[in-house]
Amino acid sequence: MLEIIVNTGRTQEQGTLVEDKLTSEYFQSVSYCEMNEADFKSLGLVEEDRVKIKTDFGDVVLYARKNVIDETEIPEGMVFIPMGPYANQIISYETDGTGTPMFKGVKGVIEKTEEEVLSIEDLFEVI
Amino acid sequence: MENITCTFCGSVCDDVYLDSRTFKHKDLCPLGEAKFSKKKRIEYPSIEGKKVSYDEAIDKAVEILVEAKRPLLFGWSSTVNEAIRQGVILSEKVGGIYDQCSSVCHAPGTLALIEEGLPGGSLGQIKNRTDLTIMWGCNPVEAHPRHPTRYSVMAKGFLTKGRTDRKVVVVDVRKTVSALMATDYIIVEPGTDYLIFSALRAIVSGNEDVLPEKIGGVPKEKLIELANLMLNSKYITILFGLGLSHIRGHDRNIENIIKLVQLMNRHTRCILQPMRGHYNVVGAGEVAAWECGFEWAVDFSRGYPRFSPSEFTATEALLRRDVDAALIVSSDPAAHIPKAAVSQLKKIPVIQIDPFPNLTTLLSNVIIPCAITGLEAEGNSYRMDGVPVRVKKIVDSDFWSDEKILRKMVQKAQALRFGD
Repeated sequence: MLEIIVNTGRTQEQGTLVEDKLTSEYFQSVSYCEMNEADFKSLGLVEEDRVKIKTDFGDVVLYARKNVIDETEIPEGMVFIPMGPYANQIISYETDGTGTPMFKGVKGVIEKTEEEVLSIEDLFEVI
Repeated sequence: MENITCTFCGSVCDDVYLDSRTFKHKDLCPLGEAKFSKKKRIEYPSIEGKKVSYDEAIDKAVEILVEAKRPLLFGWSSTVNEAIRQGVILSEKVGGIYDQCSSVCHAPGTLALIEEGLPGGSLGQIKNRTDLTIMWGCNPVEAHPRHPTRYSVMAKGFLTKGRTDRKVVVVDVRKTVSALMATDYIIVEPGTDYLIFSALRAIVSGNEDVLPEKIGGVPKEKLIELANLMLNSKYITILFGLGLSHIRGHDRNIENIIKLVQLMNRHTRCILQPMRGHYNVVGAGEVAAWECGFEWAVDFSRGYPRFSPSEFTATEALLRRDVDAALIVSSDPAAHIPKAAVSQLKKIPVIQIDPFPNLTTLLSNVIIPCAITGLEAEGNSYRMDGVPVRVKKIVDSDFWSDEKILRKMVQKAQALRFGD
């Protein structure tokens, strides 16, 4: 188990599917988290293994990937999740009076899991 | 057809070629290409899954909104100003809350602009004059793919002739794909942007001796180097993204960067530009501001507009269970607001107006399909820098435009509530 900071945001792949959400391609574009190679190794992961991330606001199971695009890099102790329904399971709904939730910089923990990644429909059922 | 307007991101590219029969295109980025590709549509209006006519769906939708004590009318960023205007009027007629996608996006930046003013320019000025582009907490290669080539990095302008005339610094919490095209990049610790802006202000003011050796994980020398680069530039553009508004500090981060921009303008020229996401999210704010004085988080339940982001944004209103019905237009809050707020949205009647099925469709009771603006319907939009851009109709469609649907809803709400 590792302590991490959860970061979320747009990816081009997610963006191209934003008007085509009820598809397997959209599911694949938002149901993973990306991390540093060192963290990936220390969790004992291989590509497409699943991880469970827990924060004060919820938990979610995601596919694990190390740096998706060559030469980009995520610092150790951080995971990046594409914006969408999976990221929203664990981001903070605290808005500090601004009305805007804290989608980035949320503290949490990550561990390898054998649990399955829920489909979008199943994820929606349990909310 | 030449000079089509792309209706995906806030860059609102208006130089696109699209063949309306074959859908062959030129100059679209991958996001624009997806925008104009054929996708699954909401095929017909429905109530609780049963196919109905447009008039029946509109009647039911208005009935729900009028009967609710305080409905939420949310979305608006991916449609045209004419439809947004009807949405603001409808919010007033039904005594509801008008809120728009900014409230889960750049609204903290707008709060900061209310406090400090907007030291802004146009995208044209960025293209023609900027010799130093700083991208702070934004990732245009992923989110605004043509922005670097049209305006901020490789663009060939009158005074800045191209990439070699322009330095680019990316500041972010990770090395993004946008950092790969930068002259230099700086990695900061998440949530420390406010400190770093204060440090840069101290350096530019000649007070660098008060700073510790590291600020937000960045060595002081690196910030001195950045400050000197800024002081030696003729025209600085700072592009900022949700890296500032979605993290600890929210609006205060942006207030502090505006103060830095104000200070830089005593030495050189410096402007600030939020990298707005949806193509008309600026319109969703501007039109509401024309109509009622406020851009988002507006409550009409007392018969006059009140603005309070901590109460009347979609997230806050849902978390407090302050809304008992919702109209969602050209947006998908079920996929883009926190889980706890979606949970509440599932418990109230929801009406959706959208061309495409999405997660909000899964929880909607009344679903009204509409034409795709920029392809099947026309109107006006505001680009991210506030410049109005005409959105064109390219092909005919049997789907009603959202403007037409909302106009009917306003008439119906007027008749139901006020009897004329």
